[in-house]
Amino acid sequence: MTGPALPQPRGDLSAAVIAALSSGDTALDSTPPPTVDPYGDDLQLALYVLYELHYRGFEGVPDELEWDPGLLAVRRALERPFLAALRRDVPPGTSADEALDALLVEPVGHDDSSVSHHLQRDGELWQLTEYAALRSLYHLKEADPHAWVIPRLRGRAKAGMVAVEFDEFGGGRPEEIHARLYADLMTDLGLDTTYGHYLDRAPAVLLATVNLMSLFGLHRALRGALVGHFATVEVTSSPGSRRMAAALRRAGAGKAAQRFYDEHVEADAVHEQVVRRDVVGGLLADEPHLEADIAFGVYATGLLEDRFGAHVLKAWRQQQSALRTLPHGGTERKSP
Amino acid sequence: MTITPDGPLLLPGPVEVTLPDGPVVTSRRFTVALCTCRRSRIYPWCDTSHRRRTKNAKETR
Repeated sequence: MTGPALPQPRGDLSAAVIAALSSGDTALDSTPPPTVDPYGDDLQLALYVLYELHYRGFEGVPDELEWDPGLLAVRRALERPFLAALRRDVPPGTSADEALDALLVEPVGHDDSSVSHHLQRDGELWQLTEYAALRSLYHLKEADPHAWVIPRLRGRAKAGMVAVEFDEFGGGRPEEIHARLYADLMTDLGLDTTYGHYLDRAPAVLLATVNLMSLFGLHRALRGALVGHFATVEVTSSPGSRRMAAALRRAGAGKAAQRFYDEHVEADAVHEQVVRRDVVGGLLADEPHLEADIAFGVYATGLLEDRFGAHVLKAWRQQQSALRTLPHGGTERKSP
Repeated sequence: MTITPDGPLLLPGPVEVTLPDGPVVTSRRFTVALCTCRRSRIYPWCDTSHRRRTKNAKETR
């Protein structure tokens, strides 16, 4: 299995990381400048590329570099400002229940700030296609970052987490792995299903949503935040998926495209219950001191999802693409 | 099985459900959430339609 090609750099930090991966010379200055934008393209891409070594890596980059001390030092130096910005920008501490309860309320009628509301009512096929291309950076590895938390949980929380993950991974049936259902959706929409294909086209606001999962998943110290993040995804997914399925039906997308979201309407109504009762409840019973971290995971996810949604809607309302335009001379890489 | 305060009935899967008008539907999921509010668009399965609705959901978060 070969990985995707390394992406185009977006600044000094990402250029240094990408050059290190191509050359194997990983002796890097690991300190980003104090003025670095923690949510910006350069830092988010550099972090994304380093995290990708823990998933599938890149073509031509040795697998062993995943645990290269030089690269790990860089990763840590990039994670710090990202995590500090998230902690600064989320609302002050509440209980995990309070944080999650706020997500259990659905708006009456149309919500102007919601991508799925927009797509359901006014979405055009090109917008659905762009949305699917951007989200593919996560959905083609759906539920993978969350699997890292399993060895850090015990008892009820572990059993609940594994049961939900089993469902995400198709319940023993490869053709029903959610990442596979997503690839089928992409095919229906005429998109390229090659893993990582749309990386160069994804703006920092999208990369940050995926980096958040990798950050929470890879750090045992952030297991509470990972659980809060996972609960947020499961709690908000079912109604959002219903709107997405309706949007795809209305825009005339194929059966496979609708199937992905139809499956999530039903599955995530179950997952929400299991995650709230067993995973969050179990973890709180086992490690009550993680309460604030669980709430942090909920709010950080909401913050980054809101930023991503605002970017996408702003672009579309101006009839513009929400994808990055490739730098001069660049053309979209077509796979055969 | 578990009765949730204002949501579905949770049953260990797989389950077969006979609908009032005769047909039998099955779910192979490890846990199955049965709709009790009757508002689900995928009845008998829960689709979270029981959720409270508000004019300004976003502001609660």
